[in-house]
Amino acid sequence: MERDKNFILGVYDDEDVLMDAVTQLRKSGVKIHEVYSPFPVHGLDEVLGYRRSRLPIAAFLFGMLGTTLALVMQFYMMKFDWPMIIGGKDHASLPAFIPVTFELTVLLAAFGMVGVFMVASNLKPWGQARIFDLRITDDKHVMAIDLATNAGLGEEKLADVLKISGATEVNKKSFE
Amino acid sequence: MAHSTTNYNLDQKFEFTAGLKKSIMTVLGIGALILVIGIVMAMFGGGNDHAEGGDHAYHWYQRFFANLWINNVYFTGIAVIGVFFFAIQYAAQAGWSAGILRVMLSFGYWLPFAAVLMLVSFFIVNHDIFHWTHSDLFDPNDSHYDKIIDGKGSYFYWPMEKGTFPLFFVIRLVVFFGFWVFFFNKLKNLAYEEDIHGGTSYWGKIRKWSALFLVFFAVSSSISAWDWVMSIDTHWFSTMFGWYVFASWFVAGLSAITLVVVYLRENGYLAMVNENHVHDLGKFVFAFSIFWTYIWFSQFLLIYYANIPEESVYFVERLESDVYSPFIFVNLVLNFFLPFLVLMTRDAKRHAIFLKVVCSLIILGHWFDFFLMVQPGTLGQNGGFGLMELGMFLVYGSAVALVVLGGLAKKPLVAKNHPMLEESYHHHI
Repeated sequence: MERDKNFILGVYDDEDVLMDAVTQLRKSGVKIHEVYSPFPVHGLDEVLGYRRSRLPIAAFLFGMLGTTLALVMQFYMMKFDWPMIIGGKDHASLPAFIPVTFELTVLLAAFGMVGVFMVASNLKPWGQARIFDLRITDDKHVMAIDLATNAGLGEEKLADVLKISGATEVNKKSFE
Repeated sequence: MAHSTTNYNLDQKFEFTAGLKKSIMTVLGIGALILVIGIVMAMFGGGNDHAEGGDHAYHWYQRFFANLWINNVYFTGIAVIGVFFFAIQYAAQAGWSAGILRVMLSFGYWLPFAAVLMLVSFFIVNHDIFHWTHSDLFDPNDSHYDKIIDGKGSYFYWPMEKGTFPLFFVIRLVVFFGFWVFFFNKLKNLAYEEDIHGGTSYWGKIRKWSALFLVFFAVSSSISAWDWVMSIDTHWFSTMFGWYVFASWFVAGLSAITLVVVYLRENGYLAMVNENHVHDLGKFVFAFSIFWTYIWFSQFLLIYYANIPEESVYFVERLESDVYSPFIFVNLVLNFFLPFLVLMTRDAKRHAIFLKVVCSLIILGHWFDFFLMVQPGTLGQNGGFGLMELGMFLVYGSAVALVVLGGLAKKPLVAKNHPMLEESYHHHI
């Protein structure tokens, strides 16, 4: 079976039930693909055993890029390309460059972070976000389990485990 | 629920052991020794030979006075920030901090000592620190008559005649300390009464008094910065100075609070305080280090860019001087680059070792900030960082530690009847 195509979904009403279910399923060896919920569930990341997001690192690198670009741009313009004396200051007067440097750092860090997030979570313009169940934007929590990565357990066994863990519905979903 | 604050001994008190007292006393003793050596060296060694004559010849005790004043202002700030941060928690209805409120509050125990020290030392350092205390500046017939200072005279001397007794200045000093100590006592007593009687009514009362204190502190912290620090450079002024001094105090105070919390945790106290609370304190130190830099730089940039002589003289005195210019960079490295780069990651804020190193260096760094505010205007080229500075810093620092930890040991470490204690315990970030 191909990976990342066929999923079995457990639908949950309550986040406490969901949290216990995640703990239970992971303990019994089920590999959970992802959990979708309409609001942030506190502590879900830890229970799912996710590594910490690397988004801050991307933000830092984009920030550094902004700092560098801003300083290079200003030094090039003010010192080499078109030297101007402003208020009797030296052509390359670092303190006067700091506000622009700060702004570009923040701008690039923010834009870079949003961009990386969009790409990483498949919200990019050329991508198509996969909707497992429309109700995840309303009142249901949905746990998606990839059938291929859990081939050893089998579809029926997985459905049983989900039901026992408190899922109100168990559905199947396939993507092209 | 399995985990709850009821699992902890909420009546636990901090035991100020003889051993700890002894080590702090040792630091105090070493500081005093260094101070005395510094004084003796200054008396027989340097300074006097370079005196240019006239009525402003340099004497060794001026440097002693300048140090006295730096540490008075600096440690007063750390003490009042403890009470300020405590009040902020109530005004903001913060729940996360309920477990560490007592640590913040205990810094206020230094305030009565600071008040006496500040008042007494004002009369001792008088002419040697505050140029505006010379009466001949206000006499139009005198050769030293200074029109600008004469124009500012009423701010110090009202309702007395200019050049006599600075009544308005002294009244402000007494009123500010009086109210700070009053509010500290009020908040402290209400907090301790809550331990005995419980209920949510005390929380409401503390919140009310906290709000009043914050309004008073907003005005008094700014004015005290003008009075105690900016008036040293009497001609010069900066409209950002109140914020600047406050920011410096705040970062130093937050670092001191963080250090005490980390210390207590490592010695088996505050069991219900976990790395999430420490993380939040780390965030405060990180954020307000940037805030201080923002204020420092804003003040510098405007003066640098406009380049008006009456304003830029302040930075010319510091940047063009061999004595002080290195410390400008020490100041920026310790107070901005170090906390910014080291405390940026989540892990650094959650592990005690990073916080201990960074917070200690920040406390030192902001001392240098006050050093740079006070010494150039009072000692000129005769200042610098030597044995006297180091000794006085150690003496004041350990005295504050003795008083604050002594105060902390008086009552239980945790506000056990705080209505948000359970929320604080479950704080998770």
